[in-house]
Parts: sequence; structure tokens; C-alpha cells
Amino acid sequence: MSPTQKPLLIRGGRLVDPATGLDAPRDLLLRDGKIAAIENPGKIKAPDAEIINAKEMIVAPGLIDIHVHLREPGQGYKETIATGTAAAAAGGFTTVCAMPNTIPANETPEVTRWMQAPERGATARVFPIAAATRGSMGEALTDYPALKDAGAVAVTDDGKPILGDEIMLEALQAAAKLRLPVIQHAEDTRLTGGCSMNAGVLAFRLGLRGMPVEAESGLVERDIALLKQVKNGHLHVAHLSTARALDAVRRARRSGLHVTCEVTPHHFALTEERIGLYDTNAKMNPPLRAESDRTAMIEGILDGTVDAIATDHAPHAAHEKEQEFDRAPNGITGLETALGLAIAVLHVKHKMPLDKILALMTTRPADALGLRSRGGLAPGFPADVVVFDPAEKWVFHSAESRSKSKNTPFDGWELQGRVQLTVSEGRIVFHRR
Amino acid sequence: MTLTRATVRTPKKLSSPSFFHQPIHPHSAISANDFSVAEVRRILESADALEKDNPIKRANRLAKRRVALLFYESSTRTRTSFELAAKALGADTTLVSSLSSSIEKGESLKDTGITLKALGAECIILRSPYSGAPYLLARATGLPILNAGDGMAEHPSQALLDLRTILQFLAIRSSTVNEKSLRGVTLTICGDILHSRVARSNALLLPRLGAKVILCGPPEFLPDLAAEMTPGLVIERDFDSALRQSQIVMMLRIQAERLAGVQIDLDDYRTRYQANAERIAARAPQALIMHPGPIIRGMEITAEVADGPHSAIANQVYNGVPIRMALVARALSTVAKKRGPK
Ligand SMILES: [Zn+2]
Repeated sequence: MSPTQKPLLIRGGRLVDPATGLDAPRDLLLRDGKIAAIENPGKIKAPDAEIINAKEMIVAPGLIDIHVHLREPGQGYKETIATGTAAAAAGGFTTVCAMPNTIPANETPEVTRWMQAPERGATARVFPIAAATRGSMGEALTDYPALKDAGAVAVTDDGKPILGDEIMLEALQAAAKLRLPVIQHAEDTRLTGGCSMNAGVLAFRLGLRGMPVEAESGLVERDIALLKQVKNGHLHVAHLSTARALDAVRRARRSGLHVTCEVTPHHFALTEERIGLYDTNAKMNPPLRAESDRTAMIEGILDGTVDAIATDHAPHAAHEKEQEFDRAPNGITGLETALGLAIAVLHVKHKMPLDKILALMTTRPADALGLRSRGGLAPGFPADVVVFDPAEKWVFHSAESRSKSKNTPFDGWELQGRVQLTVSEGRIVFHRR
Repeated sequence: MTLTRATVRTPKKLSSPSFFHQPIHPHSAISANDFSVAEVRRILESADALEKDNPIKRANRLAKRRVALLFYESSTRTRTSFELAAKALGADTTLVSSLSSSIEKGESLKDTGITLKALGAECIILRSPYSGAPYLLARATGLPILNAGDGMAEHPSQALLDLRTILQFLAIRSSTVNEKSLRGVTLTICGDILHSRVARSNALLLPRLGAKVILCGPPEFLPDLAAEMTPGLVIERDFDSALRQSQIVMMLRIQAERLAGVQIDLDDYRTRYQANAERIAARAPQALIMHPGPIIRGMEITAEVADGPHSAIANQVYNGVPIRMALVARALSTVAKKRGPK
């Protein structure tokens, strides 16, 4: 934070802090990069502060996305930490957890530190997630203590699931000693070779090979069985997409295991039908599923099984996506559409209260990955704040995205809930003009 | 600073729609579902007319028009058939094939398409190992694209020439073709349906003319959900039972190149699903025997059946040229017919 940043007084808004359950008109003073005061309207006197009038707006903790691909180091043509966090700021996110599948992979403390260096020009706090095994090859563990020291908040081989029982057990045990979660991209790749979408009639019709639901649920069930053998172990399931895998998580949680999970906006907003005539902006992994899976994701969100909405923001250049469906890379961007989709789908259509939605984008993901003093508005916390209009309907245009890449299936979609202002550690990082 | 709700929503007009919203040229032939039944009738009639046309007059119809054949998979039958069709109409054709060195190393389909268009191609005939590739080429170039087979997805010109063969067998005139033309007709498609673009295009086309289509094969080649693809399909695992119900039998080869780990006992497969003389004589002695080729003699079909009196295999090949003449003529016709909602 620059030392010259003026204090900010955000006045007249409806303050929603899922961490404390507060939902009331409050003024908020941010000073020296921290939250300085929360008071009834008109009570805060701060003559030196810049006043922000947030009438009709919701003032909430800055959003947290625990699953993004920032592509740096190594693939700056898709995204950089600067452009990725600029998109994050525009989407209301002040904290992102960056996946390790960079080039080189984030499997050493050097890369972990490099990603967090001020020279990267991040406009959101970046917490790196380190590779769980060397080269994400699933053979030998990386150095978890050193990676944690360097700032890694979890380990994962996202995109290259850990298939071996022994190595997964080792990973869970080593991570448990350090209270780190092991994040698994649950896909039994032995069942998904050559597949590019969900298995089913549509895949058959399109002549594409389909990933069966069991490829996801089978690995989640296996991981849960392994977790039972690990004292204090924590498994976090990335981007759940199938009803069966969600059920497995639900049952494991009831039995007292420390299993958390996330769901992406595209898996609760879209089905495989969005692929249409081979639109690669609807190609991601896990793939878009059937309507029954989509509604199961919404049920899991409503009943509390799901801990976080995470975007799996995965930028790719146009020339990579404008290829034959089987050849195009997996993934879509998601940081700028997440809040608008969550409100449009979960709040407007499914009547989920806004504070519950915000909990899935702030305090609950912070808890899931142990991000201390993030995701809440208590005095002394980092001044991470989002101000948004929950009622504003707006049309998302990918061409206007801050991300370097425009690979989104939501181009031209009407969303609800628009970010007006994002403050990261006291600094205004996004302001809609 | 005041944060205010935007009172007027002004979605900005974008300079160009995103790639996947680019229109597909309405004279393309990418899926068997691209044609309404009326359009199928017009294509069949056009094939009849062009077949009977005076060759000299015919060779002036598309004189000096430019047609590119872009083939990423080897193909004798389909490529030759399209090439002869285009040439018979007088068009200049150029073949770009992955087997020759003319496809630049690593060049994308999009860039190859743009290059062909810049060279003056007015229509591209594409064969690709990737399902859906013709849509990519259509979006990239704006040209009419004729699909000569894409991955496991579709092969619409094959379905049309198969239809012409079937109509000839049943003595149904092209001009009478409608939704009821094949009512009461049962056709079995047997073999490796999972990997077959011919099966998909036929299964999408023939029920729309009233046919009952039986899909037959082991689960490895025919998942149960295949029947849900479109109305008018049924699955029958027992080939003998399927044969007893059928007037027409279409055999498919096992596509070794697309098996991707599927294990199959070939002896057992032959026992259950081979079209051999004994089985056909016992179950469907009068049935028309079809095969899109290439044939693996002794595997899915024996020589006696392939060369027998009820075999339509040569007729299918013959019908390829008139059907493809009709498709090329349609692609290059200047009268833009709006493609109606399906
Ligand atoms: Zn993943």
C-alpha cells in the first residue's frame, strides 16, 4: 500500500459481514491499510478521509477466490499476475489463491515468493498454492514446510490429479502436520483419456468422448477413504461438478471428516447444452454437466455442503480457443462474472439470502484455506472491501474484460449485482466510472 | 465520490461478434440435420437433374468457380467422389491434404481456411479427424463448408447418397419425398456405431422420412443412450432379430483408429455380428445390403454378401457423384435460401 493513500470513509451503505452476521446500515473507516472503525451512520468523524457515498449499495468484505490460474510465471500471453488481479478487482475480489500449474510450476519456495513479490503489480492479495508433488507427476512430494514458509496456503496438483493411493496418503499426512489442506482436482484420468466433455447423449450426438460422472465421484470417494487414515487431515475438493461426488462430500462431513469443497459459477449456471455447436468457450475440466448435476450443485450450495464459490479462472488466448473442440485447452475466465452470476442465479432465482452468498465468497473460503484475518470486516483486519449494487442488472461484454483473455461463455449475459468499488488493503483498486 | 446506480443500461455495440457467434453459411452441409425434408427433396431432385444433364452443358454450370478440398484424413472414395462432382460442374478444384506437404506444419485450421479463401476458394470441402471441425472452418471463413466427414460426428453427404440408394431400391421417386416416404421401412445399422459418423448422419436423417432405424451392436460400440439421440431409433443387441425385421441392412466396419482402448474379442464379434451368406439367407434373404466402405472382408461382412446379388455397395459409390454435384451446386448457388428453424 502506498503510504500516501488517504483514509477512506464509506458512508451510507448497507454493511454485510457474514463473519459476524452483521447486516445493517453502517459507516466504515479505512486507514493505513486496515479497517479502522465500523459505526452507526453519521457517527464516524474523520475530516482527513475521502468520503465515499455508498447509498443503496452493499458494503462487504472483499471477495475471496480460492481457485484461479494467473498464468505467471511463464504464460504471460494468457494472463499476468497484474492483469489477472485487475480482473479480480473488477469482479470485487481482493484475495485470490493462485494455482501452481505455471511454467515453471510453483513447486519451489523461489517461485512461491516470486509470485507474491511487489514487482508483480498485483491489485489483490495473491496467496499461492504450491504443487503437491514434484512436477505434479504424482510421484514424490514437494517440500511442504519450505513452501508453507514461503507463503503457500495449500498444496495441489490441480489439472493432474494425484491418482496413486500411497502418494495421496503421504500428501495428506505431510500436509496435516502443517495444517495445510490438500486440494484435489478429482478426476480419475484413467477413465477420461481423450475426453473433452461430459459423458451422455449430447457427447454421443456430437461425436465427442465423454467423461463419466464416476471419474469424479470415484476419486472423491477414494480420497475420503484415505483421509480417514490421517490424523487432522484436511481434503479440499476443487470445482465439484457432479451430484454423486457432492453426496460423497456430504456424507464424509456428517461422519466428522475435515472435507471441504468448492463449486464454480459455471457449474451452477450452465449445463453441457451450452456447448452448442462445439463452442470451446464452454469447454473446461471438469466439464459442464447435465441439468440434474447443476441443480445438485445449487442444492449443495443452499444446504451448506459447499464451502466456497470459486471461479477456476483459466484464461486462454483466442488462438488457443479457436481450434477444433478436442484440441482447444480447457478453461474459462470467471473473475468478473462470479458475483453477478451468483446473485442472478442463487439470489434471484433460488432466493438465497445475499449474506449467505457473500459468506461463500468471503469468510467460508477464508476458513476453508485458513486465510487468517481475510474475509471479514473486523477492526484491525486488512482493509479489503467491495461495494456493489445488488439490484443493478447489467450486460457483461467480454471485450471489456480486464483479463488478458476473453474466453468466457457468458459474453452478452445479463447479470445482476454490479461492483462499483473495490478496496484492497486500503487502496482503491477498482472504481466504476 | 458518489457511487450511483447506472440508471440507463447501454450495452456497448461491439465492433465484431465473438468468434463463436459468427454465422455459418446457409449453403453449408455440415450435419444431416441441416436439411429440412423439403430441402432433402430438392437436393435429390437436383442430383437427378445433374446426373441426366448434358455433360457439356453441365461443365459450364460452375465454370471457373473455385472449390478447395481440404483433407486431414486419407480418403479415396469420398475425396474422389467430391472432386469428380465439382469437376463435372466445371469448377476448378484444388486438393490440400495432410499427406502432401501442402498443409503448413502447425498451421491452424482457421489460418488454413483464411488462406484458401484469400486464394479464391468459394467453397471448402473438409475432412477432419476432429468432430465439429467444419463449424470452426465455417466461422473462420464465412464460406459454405461441405463436410466430408468430421471425426466421429457426421458425414452428411454419405447419408444423402445412402438415402438415394434406398429410394432407388424401393422405387420411390425423388419428387415425392416427404416425411412419410419411408414409413413401414425398417433399416438396421450394425457395427461400430460409437465411432461412426456415417451411422450418426443416417440415424439423424432417415427417421425424419419415416423410417424405423434399428441400431445393432455390442455395448462397447453402441451405448444404450445412443437411441436417445433422436426419435425413431431403437437398439437391438441381437443381430439375427434385427435382421428379421429389416428390409435394409447397413454394415459398418470396426474403426481400429478410433478404438481408444476399447477391447473387443474379434472372434466373438464375428460370430454375433458378421453379415455372412448363411445368416442373411436365413434371416433377411431379400434385404438390401449396404456398406459405406471401406470394407474389411471377412470381418463385419463376407465376400459372398458384399459381392452378392443384394449388395448395394457399388450403387452407393455410384450415387456419391450426383449427390455431391447437387451439394456443390447448392453451395455455390447465388440464390441465398434462408435456412429455416429446425
Ligand atoms: Zn482443476
